[in-house]
Amino acid sequence: MTLKLEKISQTVGGQMHIYPLDLALAPNAVTVFLGATQAGKTSLMRLMAGLDTPTAGQVWVDGKDVTGMGVRDRNVAMVYQQFINYPSMNVFDNIASPMRLRGDKDIATKVKVLAARLRIDPFLDRLPAALSGGQQQRVALARALAKQAPLMFLDEPLVNLDYKLREELREDLTQLFEAGSGTVVYATTEPTEALLLGGYTAVMKEGRVLQYGPTLEVFRRPQSLDVARAFSDPPINVLQARAMAGSWQLDDHSALALTQINSDAGHVQIGLRASALRTDMRTGDVALKATVQLAEISGTDTFVHLSCGSMELVMQKTGVHFFEIGAALQVYLNERDAYVFNDEGKLMRLPLDMAGAN
Amino acid sequence: MVAHIELDLAHSYHANPQQDADYALLPLKMTFKAGGAYALLGPSGCGKTTMLNIISGLVQPSHGHLTFNGEDVTSLTPQQRNIAQVFQFPVIYDTMTVGENLAFPLRNRQMPREQIRQRVGQIAEMLELNGQLNQRAAGLSADAKQKISLGRGLVRPDVAAILFDEPLTVIDPHLKWQLRRKLKQVHQELKHTLIYVTHDQVEALTFAQEVVVMTRGRAVQVGSAEALFERPAHTFVGHFIGSPGMNFLPAVCTAQSLHIGASQLALPPELAQQLAGTTSLKLGVRPEYITVHAQPVAGSLPAKVLRWQDLGISGLLTTQCEAATVRVRLAGAVASQWQVGQTVHVQVIGSHSCFYENEELIV
Repeated sequence: MTLKLEKISQTVGGQMHIYPLDLALAPNAVTVFLGATQAGKTSLMRLMAGLDTPTAGQVWVDGKDVTGMGVRDRNVAMVYQQFINYPSMNVFDNIASPMRLRGDKDIATKVKVLAARLRIDPFLDRLPAALSGGQQQRVALARALAKQAPLMFLDEPLVNLDYKLREELREDLTQLFEAGSGTVVYATTEPTEALLLGGYTAVMKEGRVLQYGPTLEVFRRPQSLDVARAFSDPPINVLQARAMAGSWQLDDHSALALTQINSDAGHVQIGLRASALRTDMRTGDVALKATVQLAEISGTDTFVHLSCGSMELVMQKTGVHFFEIGAALQVYLNERDAYVFNDEGKLMRLPLDMAGAN
Repeated sequence: MVAHIELDLAHSYHANPQQDADYALLPLKMTFKAGGAYALLGPSGCGKTTMLNIISGLVQPSHGHLTFNGEDVTSLTPQQRNIAQVFQFPVIYDTMTVGENLAFPLRNRQMPREQIRQRVGQIAEMLELNGQLNQRAAGLSADAKQKISLGRGLVRPDVAAILFDEPLTVIDPHLKWQLRRKLKQVHQELKHTLIYVTHDQVEALTFAQEVVVMTRGRAVQVGSAEALFERPAHTFVGHFIGSPGMNFLPAVCTAQSLHIGASQLALPPELAQQLAGTTSLKLGVRPEYITVHAQPVAGSLPAKVLRWQDLGISGLLTTQCEAATVRVRLAGAVASQWQVGQTVHVQVIGSHSCFYENEELIV
């Protein structure tokens, strides 16, 4: 199925919630809406689903104008942050309800297959309230899938779960999306979640879609500093650089070259992902004398917060590492790994090994 | 006086506990050294909050006792134990100023006025609240209010221990690291015994010198972040720490070799000896420590590629290896050379491999 937004906008009480935008969803694939809270992800989803009517513009589904058509007349399924189920129905009846509405045959078998895929088959005769949060959200997902709608919306479905449950359910979702043939829209605030889901990503900020494309493409080639910021966790390091006598000077007075960037620009902003800062030196590196603010340990990675003069930086290292608060630490960066943005935050140059290659 | 805390107890909310499942905390012995920073980490229902409440005195253990510096405090109230606590949500007085809020626990204990002024100033400076001392608490953000709650927990110099129950829940994700840093600095400066409950691994591993990992009423490992990552003492720790967690492969050990499903791996004699006689053996290896090869290598098993996820700065390869799903984390932004459906060879035996008998680490 195809879904296209044409010059869609939404104003609520004089306030612009969605600025005029065009967007055509990749059919039969996952599109991630990535952005901070209040970026407009939910508003845009509600317009797409027919829960709200746009102030201006059209919604096209399979070539048909469905603007103003309510959600009940549209074939869509939704899953929310909150675990929404019918509280007085057991798990079986919850999952079966869309099938019954449709008048399906052989409901018992279909419910069992779906429940097994979401690993809630042992709980079919329980009420939702007797289940853990993760299981309740699995029931809501199973019911949404039972609807077999060609268009499914998931609005931060994992945000209220502990991280281990989130990890498990995300993996199950990835498998379901791979196997399914529907068009899925999935809202999240987490860059890593977008990367794990793959597909396509629309980065949103303050009611605007900043960039839309295949997820990895958007991650690797952000066209603006805003997109790079929204799509970096830990946050991307942003260094101010001034043209000085044939090189570029950072706030701590260290200097580096920036290939392809004309010094006429005078002032540029350098974006360096946390993984591009290192403690081992390589050829052509620039050294920064930094002070450790904190080492955050996730197990898989260590995120080292650093200060360097007026600059605040984050370095990502794989594995568990200890750094004393206040310790001096020499860290290295290479201009090859740098994104360069102009004063307005528009991309001037990609990291060198990304230019041209895919 | 800073407390050295010893637990030798169990707790059940049932009157007559019959089986393990009836216990919120199974019988355990545990030591919290004076001046140490500890985290109690585990999923909801693991018993971590019960343990915290027993230490604070909000809950009396149904069995056994606990001591502070050798003195039995089992029947004492939180006040008598001289415990300070910080909860999930801010507990402050909206009508008071920030300074009055910080001073409140000290005024309650009749500390001389000048001493209160000094101590409040010191804590406010530590938490970077000194610019707001005369401001009313009512208008402040949730973050700022929780910082005041932290300050109120830290302000009394003479407490036996300070207990934290998920104190950063309400803090904006972007500001969390700054408060984590504050807490670590505060610990270095004040040298209190700090015990911190959380379900978040980053929170626990970052804050604590020693992390107590709990599941189903049991403390399955007490150790540093490095120990929990490198040598998980229990399969639950391997699973819970790290994202994704450790891979586990059921195995059977015979005289010279390890049998995993239909595959067989030669074992060094010394290792084979250590694993002899096991009946419920599992091989554990973290996704970070597996290498992938096109041809068999020493210690490798054949596996079928199920999925490749390019995460921009690293990649996650999911494979089917005998009956288990084995995940491999590949560092660097390299495109995968492996195709879905292809058979690869995953090297699972190496210096980082762990062996578990009945879920407990043996080698």
